[in-house]
Amino acid sequence: MQALEVVVPGPHTTIQDQGRIGYQDVGVPRSGPLDRVSLALANALVGNPAAAPCLEMLLQGPTLKVLAESVRVALVGCNATLEVRSANPRRIAAGQSVTLVRDEVLKVGSFSDSVCGYLAIEGGVDVPIVLGSASTYVRGGIGGFRGRRLQPRDVLDLTLAAVREGAERALARPVDLQLEHPIRVVLGPQTEYFTDEAIRTLFGSDYVVSAQADRMGYRLQGAVLAHKAGYDIVSDGIVTGAIQVPGSGQPIVLMVDNQTTGGYPKIATVISADVPRVARRRPGRTIRFVQVDVMEAERLRNDQEAALAHEISAIASI
Amino acid sequence: MDVRFLTAGDSAVVVEFGDRVDRSLSERVLRLSASVRAANIRGVLETVPTYRSLMVLHDSLTIGASRLIAELECLVHNAAGEKNQATLWYIPACYDGSHAPDLADVAARTGLTGADIVQRHSSTVFHVYMLGFVPGFPYMGDLPDALVLPRRTDPRVKVPAGSVAIAAGQTAIYPVESPGGWHLIGATPVRLFDVRLPKPALLAPGDKVKFCQIGGAEFDEIRAAVNADAYRVPCESVVA
Repeated sequence: MQALEVVVPGPHTTIQDQGRIGYQDVGVPRSGPLDRVSLALANALVGNPAAAPCLEMLLQGPTLKVLAESVRVALVGCNATLEVRSANPRRIAAGQSVTLVRDEVLKVGSFSDSVCGYLAIEGGVDVPIVLGSASTYVRGGIGGFRGRRLQPRDVLDLTLAAVREGAERALARPVDLQLEHPIRVVLGPQTEYFTDEAIRTLFGSDYVVSAQADRMGYRLQGAVLAHKAGYDIVSDGIVTGAIQVPGSGQPIVLMVDNQTTGGYPKIATVISADVPRVARRRPGRTIRFVQVDVMEAERLRNDQEAALAHEISAIASI
Repeated sequence: MDVRFLTAGDSAVVVEFGDRVDRSLSERVLRLSASVRAANIRGVLETVPTYRSLMVLHDSLTIGASRLIAELECLVHNAAGEKNQATLWYIPACYDGSHAPDLADVAARTGLTGADIVQRHSSTVFHVYMLGFVPGFPYMGDLPDALVLPRRTDPRVKVPAGSVAIAAGQTAIYPVESPGGWHLIGATPVRLFDVRLPKPALLAPGDKVKFCQIGGAEFDEIRAAVNADAYRVPCESVVA
C-alpha cells in the first residue's frame, strides 16, 4: 500500500499546494501555504515541482507510520527534528531529505521558532484536486484530505510506491526565518479612513501577535489605530496581507484563508514578499511595520524569487 | 465620484466606482469584471466584484501595478456603454413553519402580516451584488422598503444550510450551515454551492433571483431530487 498512516496528527496539519485560483468571486479563498518559501524548498529537496501538495504543520508536527515500501521526506521552515523510530533509530535535522522504509515511524517534533513547518514527500500526497487545487480550506470543508485537518488513523495515499534511486539532499544553509525583521507594507487601500496620528502610530510602535492567530488572520495587540469617522465601509475585496482595523482599533493581518470580501477599512497591506515573514511569527512575537511603495514591493518580491531560485540551485547531495 | 484606482499591496488593484450600495455602481463593476476577464491580460489571476468596487488580483512578477492600472483605465472607458448578460434564477422557497423561524418576529417588527412579507419577498426580482462571507453566499438586493430591518441583536451560532434570510436592505441564502445574524424568513431545498461542478456556485455576481413560494411537501420533494442530483433550478438568460 503506497501510503502513510497518521498515528498522531499534530494540532493543525493540513495538505497545501500553491493554492486555489479563480474562485474568490464566489467566496472561496486562495488558501495554500502560510509560508510559500518553505513549501517550495521542502518540495525541491525531494525533487518535487515547487507547488506539489505538502503537509503544513502548525506549532507541532504529526507522527506517521510508513505503509509504502519506502518514502522520502524533507522538513523545512521550522527547527523541529525528524525522529525515526524503528530497529534503525535516527534523528534528522530540518533542511535535508531522508528515506524511510515500511513500518518505520516518523515523528516530527514540536518547534519553537516558526508557527509553520512543511513536510514534503517525494512524488507528493495523492488527494483529489478540488476546484483546481489540493489545498485544504478547513472552514469551507474544501480540498486536501476530506476538507479537514488530519486525524488519527487517516491513511494518506502517496503518488509513489517507493522512492527513486538517488542520494539524499540538503539545503546549503538553513532558511532565514527573519523573525526579527521589519514587515514592509504599502499604505491603502483605505488609508483615508484613518487619522494622521493612526498612520504615525502604525509605523512608530510595536505590535504583538495575539493568541487569536490562525490561517484566516493574525490579530495583533498594540497601540490603538484611530479611525477618522466610523469603521464600517461598504464591503469591498480583501487581499491576503491586508491590515484590517475593526472598531477596537487593533489591527488584523489577513492571511491565506482570508474572507474574500469585508466591511472594515484596511489601513495598509503587507507586501507579498513579507506575508511568509508575518506567517512565521507565533503569538507573543513582535511586529514592526515599515512603509514602502508599490514599485519597491514589486522589486522586493522579484528579489525574493531570485533568492529562492538560488537556494534551490544550491541544494546538493549529502 | 470618479473612478479611483487603489493599490492593495503588490498583489491587487482595486477599481473603486463609489462608496454606496447602488445598482448603477454595481452594473459598472460587473461590466468591468466581464471586460477584464475577456481581455485575458497576462498576469491577471482573477477578479472579485463587490457592491462598489472591483478587486483585480495579479501576479506582480508578470504584470506590475502601474501597467495593470493603465490597462484597466482603457477597459473602464471602453466598457462604458455595454450591457451585462445575466441569468434570472427561479429559486423555490418555503416560507412555512419550521422553515421560517423568524417570520413572526419580522412581522412584529415591520407591522406586516406573514403573508404580506412572503408576498413582497417573492414578488421582487433581486440583483446578486456579490458573493462572500462563505463560499457561494449571495448578497442580493434591494429589499422592498417595508422589509428593511437591522441584523438580529443576537446572532445565531448555527444557521441551517438553505436558509433564506433578510437584513439591512438585503436578502441572502446560507449555502452551508454557518453562524449568522440575519432574520430567517424561509428556506430553499436547492444547493447553492457544489465543489463537484466546474462552476461551483449556483449564482454569479450580476445574476437575478426570483423566489417562488412552495409548500412543505414540495420542499421535501425538491430536496429529495436535489439529493439525487436530479433537479435543475429553472432559469433564463436576461440582459441587465
